[in-house]
Amino acid sequence: MQTEEMRLDGNAAAGLLRELFVRDMTSAMATCRGCGNVGPVGALLEYGHQMGIVLRCPTCEGVVLRLVHAADALRLDPSGMALLTLTDGTPVS
Amino acid sequence: MSSGIRATPEVTLERAAAPTRLEWRVATVVSVRAETRHARTLVLDVPQWPGHRAGQHVDVRLVAEDGYQAQRSYSIASAPESPTLELTIERLEDGEVSPYLCDVLQPGDGVELRGPIGGYFVWEVTLAGPLLLVAGGSGIVPLMSMLRHRALAADASRARSPVRLLYSARTADDLIYASELARLGSAPDVRIEYTLTRSAPADWTGYNRRIDRPLLEEVAWPASEGTRAFVCGPTPLVEQVANLLVEFGYDPLRVRTERFGPTGS
Repeated sequence: MQTEEMRLDGNAAAGLLRELFVRDMTSAMATCRGCGNVGPVGALLEYGHQMGIVLRCPTCEGVVLRLVHAADALRLDPSGMALLTLTDGTPVS
Repeated sequence: MSSGIRATPEVTLERAAAPTRLEWRVATVVSVRAETRHARTLVLDVPQWPGHRAGQHVDVRLVAEDGYQAQRSYSIASAPESPTLELTIERLEDGEVSPYLCDVLQPGDGVELRGPIGGYFVWEVTLAGPLLLVAGGSGIVPLMSMLRHRALAADASRARSPVRLLYSARTADDLIYASELARLGSAPDVRIEYTLTRSAPADWTGYNRRIDRPLLEEVAWPASEGTRAFVCGPTPLVEQVANLLVEFGYDPLRVRTERFGPTGS
């Protein structure tokens, strides 16, 4: 159900991402493997699903990150991301 | 006498603030405050609250006796300087979590939350430069934390960060924090404009339509290098405003958005 109305930002995934990473991921810079666009994870387009979330590139709409919260595991598919950059100023929470 | 490297106090502090797991905590409701017919503020005491930055949110979790869990994110309304944590919740009629938080929870009750969360949609008064805030409906909540934070800063800091707020709501009765905003709006360097999209009182002097290009052009700061914008509300409003600001020449990296999803209508 990827209607425009349902779309959120990567910022909304911050809590789920903090289950995986100790530092805040929303202000980290993600490079899209598809088009090379570089931008904060918080500015990615988030689509929520029953099982988890998909974060898409705001430029090419390609999938950058998938997070699936299954009953027994939390799974991250980062294959749409070429690079993740956390600067020294990236806050811890 | 050692000439070796000594840990400076700053380093010690940084170590003390080392990243920790995001833990669920049980907050206690200190008091509740009705804001509008559909929204109320929960004033919470959170044990070992590490402090937050304006614009951040918390996750709230409800667990039923059979183990069923429902979890939602809510923006923090209070200033970082506030001793209590305040969340303003809008009741969604078909919601799973907000009716409980709005109608059932009473002072003395506990509620499970974790946070603060998010480092992207945040503003601090030390980020000098003009500030533009655009809110749709309950999108005012994280922006209120920024306004309250700014209002508590020293005169010189406030002078370096003049602020304009454009607040869109359906009717005058749906405006959250109306009296506090009126007070904040009388300060120098604060300009607040309202627009009502459904109906307006006869003596209404604000705008009376959905945010469009001419309206935003009238209210927004002219594009300049140091201007920051924070836009929060229903997804269609947020995307329209953010796109217009970038067309006006705002730096896309300084137009921060928080989409709340579909409108509740």
